[in-house]
Amino acid sequence: MGVVTFLCTVALLVPLFLILAFLARTGAGALNWDFFTKLPGAAGEPGGGMANAIAGTVLLIVLAGLLGIPIGVLGGVFMAEYPNARLTTLARFTADVMNGVPSIVMGLFAYVLVVLPLRHFSALSGGIALGVMLVPTVMRTTEEIVRLVPQSIREASLALGIPQWRTTLLVVIPTAAAGIVTGVMVGVARIAGETAPLLFTAFGNRFWNWNILQPVAALPLQIFSYAISPFDDWHRQAWAGALVLVAIVLIVNIAARAAASRQVKLR
Amino acid sequence: MAVNDLAAARSSVRATGDRVFQLLLAAMAAGIPLIMGAMLVALIAAARPAIERFGFTFFVSSTWDPVAGEFGVLPFIYGTLVSSALALLISVPLGIGTAVFLSELAPNWLRSPIRFLVELLAAIPSVVYGLWGIFVLVPWVRVTLTPALKGTLGFLPLFAGPPLGIGMLTAGIILSVMVVPFIVAVSTEVMRTVPRMQREAALALGATGWETTRKAVIPYARSGIVGAIFLALARALGETMAVTMVIGNVPQIKASLLAPAYTVSAVIANEFAEATEDLYVSALVFAGLALLLVTVIVNVLARVLVSRVARGPSLIRE
Repeated sequence: MGVVTFLCTVALLVPLFLILAFLARTGAGALNWDFFTKLPGAAGEPGGGMANAIAGTVLLIVLAGLLGIPIGVLGGVFMAEYPNARLTTLARFTADVMNGVPSIVMGLFAYVLVVLPLRHFSALSGGIALGVMLVPTVMRTTEEIVRLVPQSIREASLALGIPQWRTTLLVVIPTAAAGIVTGVMVGVARIAGETAPLLFTAFGNRFWNWNILQPVAALPLQIFSYAISPFDDWHRQAWAGALVLVAIVLIVNIAARAAASRQVKLR
Repeated sequence: MAVNDLAAARSSVRATGDRVFQLLLAAMAAGIPLIMGAMLVALIAAARPAIERFGFTFFVSSTWDPVAGEFGVLPFIYGTLVSSALALLISVPLGIGTAVFLSELAPNWLRSPIRFLVELLAAIPSVVYGLWGIFVLVPWVRVTLTPALKGTLGFLPLFAGPPLGIGMLTAGIILSVMVVPFIVAVSTEVMRTVPRMQREAALALGATGWETTRKAVIPYARSGIVGAIFLALARALGETMAVTMVIGNVPQIKASLLAPAYTVSAVIANEFAEATEDLYVSALVFAGLALLLVTVIVNVLARVLVSRVARGPSLIRE
């Protein structure tokens, strides 16, 4: 039976390697300088790139971060520093529930909240949809990391007459900073690849846009629309885009893992 | 005197500082229940016209006609349920097998890299799975898997119809890959929480390694494993992009797994941006609201089941 469980493990990892191998082979062939510097070409014509989509994804991440990181980090600190508060139990439960909410529903929420009143699609609504998704992940990882800060460090600071709030701000948070940043990075990598919540919020755009009240392109959206298009050159570019996206996810996850194992060693 | 005043003043400043800071943190922590509440209120408000117009018939009607303003989501619900069930059918045995390997058998040096790879499986964006689905999985299903299934089990209505490649079965396969990491991660974790004594007792009674796993570890962790499956189910129910790209997007209820189908999340993804009529938008939001409620319920159930293992002893009494 041990062999069977090992075979299960192998069978489960086969798709991962198939996907990565296919991505590396097809995507790398399609990746070139134009991809990073040019606007999309006209429909059906070869050439062009996804420069605006990359910029759009950056813009969306910044907006999402502005919303999600303060709420997530400070809320997580609250949950770790006041573990017995009733609010902590409630926030933890809601964060876990929200982590499981389908991303498309987050898109609906942002649509009703922002797109309906403004009457048009916008980067802002996409950023809000992604930001709302960022909150529970960041909050939960921050809570876990801050909890790991030894009690003795807090007590040392309090014993020196430093008030609680400065202790939290100047001692506890800096001690946990590396872990908090790692958690934020992993959360950001996750939302960077989200497509469903952007379909009817950020909507996509074939040109440059830095106005947060106008529709904006995003890398995952562009991959989606190119993948279902009938043009070979667009398929090629979709693979290139997917390779870039997966490379970002891979790098962030490996870096996070390295950072986490270093922290464990320090302790 | 002066020193006392100074100390009093300082401590009141300190108390104010503490209070302000705690309030700030609490406001942020309160943000998440507030967002969740706002989400429910916003979706219910937007779905209201459809809720009032169709009521419960929305879920049992198969007519989806935006032009006539008639909306029923039964075929979508069917697609969501069947594709998710297929996904679990594939991912549950594979996931539990892997979890047993990771928690009971794998040597230490192998455990953490495999866990990392499984986590990576969960980190790959949905749209990348969809892309891979369209260009690799769909042709494979059409050319290799379908003929094989038809050759052996073709007499079953489950495998009737032309080999399109896209359809329910392909969606189920891709979903299974996407949700299996949740089963593995949570099951491994709950099996690791099974006390060592539980295993040692079984071994001391002369059980083999496998018997120990089957009779001492898995029963102890059972509710957690069921919780892990529920967690995966919730993911499968709400998964959108990859499914949209391979399921064919035809709202029909067919016995054949090879036929194209449609899911609740896919219809929202495909039609929402083009929905112009207010009632049309409202109907799609209603569908989304139903999806939200179902996934929340499944998720909460999953958490309850998983947390039961941590409390252990109540299970031993069973």
